Amino acid sequence: MSDKWQIGKTEISSRLFLGTASYPSPDILRASIEAAQPGLITVSLRRENAAGKGQAFWDIIKGFNIPVLPNTASCYGVDEAVTTAQMAREIFETNRIKLEVIGDDYTLQPDIYGLLEATQKLIKLGFEVYPYMTDDLVLAQRLVDLGCNILMPWGAPIGSGRGLNNIYALKQLRERFPDKTLVIDAGLGAPSHASAAMEIGYDAVLLNTAVAKAGDPAMMAGAFAGAVKAGRDAYLSGIIAKQDSATPSTPLLDKPFWHQEKGSG
Amino acid sequence: MQITLNSNALEIEGTISISNLLMCKGYKDKLVAVAVNGEFMPRENYDGYILQDKDSVEIVAPMQGG
Repeated sequence: MSDKWQIGKTEISSRLFLGTASYPSPDILRASIEAAQPGLITVSLRRENAAGKGQAFWDIIKGFNIPVLPNTASCYGVDEAVTTAQMAREIFETNRIKLEVIGDDYTLQPDIYGLLEATQKLIKLGFEVYPYMTDDLVLAQRLVDLGCNILMPWGAPIGSGRGLNNIYALKQLRERFPDKTLVIDAGLGAPSHASAAMEIGYDAVLLNTAVAKAGDPAMMAGAFAGAVKAGRDAYLSGIIAKQDSATPSTPLLDKPFWHQEKGSG
Repeated sequence: MQITLNSNALEIEGTISISNLLMCKGYKDKLVAVAVNGEFMPRENYDGYILQDKDSVEIVAPMQGG
């Protein structure tokens, strides 16, 4: 069954968003996108030489006819991120921007102050901002106050494969922002991480390294697609509450020998 | 005059617009975006902007990203 849904102003058909970096080859990138059937594909901008390497990459992505989400990856300052977003809008012809303002080299943790400043500027310029953020509740509120309808907290540092480092904080965000679109962005390593994010009610997950660096990226892309669907279906189905004691799943009523007196034959 | 193009020094004789720079350097018909001195330069301004001495030009294109 198709799960059409809307993120921002875009209608898409998958809750898995896939990055395009670090694949062993263009053919493997293509096979991975085919296996994942992602709702959004993330892309970036880099300096171009006259040889036009970027054009060949873009030809592959265009062929899928899947909406793209340009990013401001590796931007460390507000002005740099805003200029990059403007260049991305012209090239990719979309107002969507995955806003990254990095504050720390070691963890690639977002600079939350720069993120807020850049968000404010980009929203004024008409962008639909997808902020790459930590799982901080107050930061989320500030971003919402600025006009963000989509929040993208990290599960763990980019490329770490650690999964959902702070499930408590991530659940808090879901509970406190029931009407906002929440996407786990970064840090996932295994399909079970994606499924766990969906089971707690996140709207989508965005990942790249877990697929691109897998032994078989295309197979892993398919595994993530299945996990995202399983997690979403589980969330919608209503997961049972945990309890401390056992409850027999087989009915006890009319069980043979039930309550038979010891020694009564 | 001297400008920088993607951080490489470039000597220019006379005056040159962004459009002409793109053509001379092999970017004609390529999908690129431009910033000058850190500011976004919209396509419609390529003809009208004449590069100045010490201008820093960035030319970018689509690339893989996560």
